Amino acid sequence: MALTHDGDAFAPRGGSDPEPFVRARGDALLSLELVVRGARCAACLGKIERGVSALSGVRAARLNLTTGKLSVVWERGPTRAADILEAVRDLGYPAAPFDPAQARAEEDSEGRRLAIALGVAAFGAMNAMMFTVPVWAGTGMGEGVRTFMYWAAAAVGAPCALFAGAPFFESAWRSLRKGRANMDVPISIGVILTLAISFSETLQGGRHAYFDAAVSLLFLLLIGRYLDHLLRARARSAARDLLALQARTATLLDPDGSTRPAPARDVRPGDRLVLLAGDRAPVDAVVEEGAADLDVALVTGESIPAQATVGTPIRAGTLNLNGRLVARAEAAAADSTLAQIARMMEAGAQTRSRYVRLADRAAALYVPVVHSLAALAFAGCLLAGLDLRSALLRAVAVLIITCPCALGLAVPMVQITASGRLFRQGILVKSGAALERLAEATHIVFDKTGVLTEGRPVLLDADPRLMALAAPLARASRHPLARALAEAAGPGPSAEAVIETAGFGVEGLIGGRRARLGRAAWVGAETRGDAQHGRTELWFGFEGEPKRRFLFSDRVRPEMAEAIAALKARGLTIEILSGDVTGAVSAVAIRAGVGRWRSGLSPLDKAQTLAAYQGAGVKAVMVGDGLNDAAALARAHASLAPGAAAEASQNAADLVYERGLDSIGEAIDVARLARRRALENFALAALYNLIAIPVALVGMATPLVAAVAMSASSLVVTLNALRLSIPGRRS
Amino acid sequence: MTILIWLAPLSLSLGGLALAAFLWTFRAGQYEDPEGDAARILDDHLEDGPPEVSTRRLLAEAPALEPRARS
Repeated sequence: MALTHDGDAFAPRGGSDPEPFVRARGDALLSLELVVRGARCAACLGKIERGVSALSGVRAARLNLTTGKLSVVWERGPTRAADILEAVRDLGYPAAPFDPAQARAEEDSEGRRLAIALGVAAFGAMNAMMFTVPVWAGTGMGEGVRTFMYWAAAAVGAPCALFAGAPFFESAWRSLRKGRANMDVPISIGVILTLAISFSETLQGGRHAYFDAAVSLLFLLLIGRYLDHLLRARARSAARDLLALQARTATLLDPDGSTRPAPARDVRPGDRLVLLAGDRAPVDAVVEEGAADLDVALVTGESIPAQATVGTPIRAGTLNLNGRLVARAEAAAADSTLAQIARMMEAGAQTRSRYVRLADRAAALYVPVVHSLAALAFAGCLLAGLDLRSALLRAVAVLIITCPCALGLAVPMVQITASGRLFRQGILVKSGAALERLAEATHIVFDKTGVLTEGRPVLLDADPRLMALAAPLARASRHPLARALAEAAGPGPSAEAVIETAGFGVEGLIGGRRARLGRAAWVGAETRGDAQHGRTELWFGFEGEPKRRFLFSDRVRPEMAEAIAALKARGLTIEILSGDVTGAVSAVAIRAGVGRWRSGLSPLDKAQTLAAYQGAGVKAVMVGDGLNDAAALARAHASLAPGAAAEASQNAADLVYERGLDSIGEAIDVARLARRRALENFALAALYNLIAIPVALVGMATPLVAAVAMSASSLVVTLNALRLSIPGRRS
Repeated sequence: MTILIWLAPLSLSLGGLALAAFLWTFRAGQYEDPEGDAARILDDHLEDGPPEVSTRRLLAEAPALEPRARS
């Protein structure tokens, strides 16, 4: 079908009509949440809030600068949700509606619980210490006053310790029921034993009670736990924001010919969908009306647009470049082509979940050693002739002083610092374990299209005069080949009376003369058929004159060769796995200086290659952006995806980078550095224990010594981790 | 030492006050947008209450929070 160019149909709002994401608040008010990008300063904040508030009926607009979410509440009336979205975009900020279901998932109950536990532990630690410090400092304090002080410390410390310790007790219980012991087991045993022995000592008027130690221990551990949680929560919400910026709504065509927007997840098989230029297909579908060019780069990895006519199957994720299509949905969003990929991703994620984190590996070593040491201390003291009570006290002192405070902080502190540093460089780390796996990498596997290359065609060298002649027509079209030509020609006038025939080309008047730009047959030229693989052609000519040819090809990213050389310098083996044709892949491999490459691979081939690496013990990192890479990304030891990648790929990847290929080297550097800092922290914690255990064994671990030693070791570990945030330091 | 009878509860209630203040600021959403709060203080015309408090003020007029029925 023909489509005239008023430009409006190509505005970047295709596929994201915010109407389905509007919530009603009572009868009169509506609310909407938008993800806004690029707002960083007070001026942006004022501009956006004032700009939106100026719309008629808007009651409140509030931008959260930390999370980048804009909440708008307005009165039911002439203002539509699309107007609000438009207003923000007109101010120059990319924005997308945010799904209320996701917003609810984002209400972070676990984080709130940890923060409140942290506050309670801080209160408990300080106020219990208020009673115990005078005991440590006071000389000549009578037994009566001391016992009173301890009871007061118990009244404050014990309830706080039980409340603040609940997250640890629950986790320890869960782990014990599965027959395993994580780090929370010795923590819980330590805290409960400490409280129990302190109560029994206080009852008997003893000299050593550790109520303050139990709470301050939990306070320090909760800091580590909270940081670890923040890291994961921030990465999750940032990942959701990235996805919200991709098309999430579908336009349904009702039998009466009217259209309405709906969330992609509500599309059922048999629904008729309208795909305008700029829309991504939300589900697998078959074209029923219309013709258009399709960008399938994210789906198959091919960079050259494909043609769609009646009967062409379209896979979810395909981008309609021009023309209007009506298509019948073949599957619901949940079981489109994605279903098979999703199954493969699940299998990959399962093998990956078997990865044992550094902290858990340390715990597996630590728990038996410390507990048998405590048991040995108990038996040894009994044998040495101490009474039962003193022997038990010594054993408990060993457990308390070795309670893995520093160990609990060692890894989360490092990982939050490292991911904060990467975040500032546009790299999103989804979990701490991802950093640990990335640090072990020896092998990097690249996808070609969209990762090593730009993923879009670029004009190969052409005659500048010819380019200037054809440019006015190219400027009037949004087809990627025409845009590449217009970009190469630079700014200038547009052709008049332009008509674009989707799938064929554009026609219009240049200086009063009729000209065509498009496919050979349509322009009236005979193609020589000698365009190499990976190249595509566009023909141009005035009516009745000879036709000329432009050649296009996908271009490698300018920073590619340097980035790959830098990765090789770090001792990594590089390989390219692509679904594209041999010629295109070998050309890029030669430019990159990569000897190992394979072409024409299916998504399954890629995933199997990565699985084979895993089976052979090779730690391979996958970098990919397409749907066809998602399974391989999930199967790899660690994986990265660019910010423009398909939704499934971003979900499968451990890290998402938003800048160039240099980010990969940077991420690996920081991951390796983080691993080294974590190991240093383990060494520091071990050193601390080497000193503390003998002290406890000879019975010198008074409450004062325990408090000072525990805080000092946690502080040392934290400071060591913070060294990571000093920028510009390489491993 | 009888002074302890007065001092201990006094200092404890001060500590408790601090804990209550923390819980209140937390519930009021004052830690939800540290960057935004730092920016808001520079501009006299921006709504500068904590987000949940301002939202609550709005919702007091229309408290229902049901997802809108899809046509």
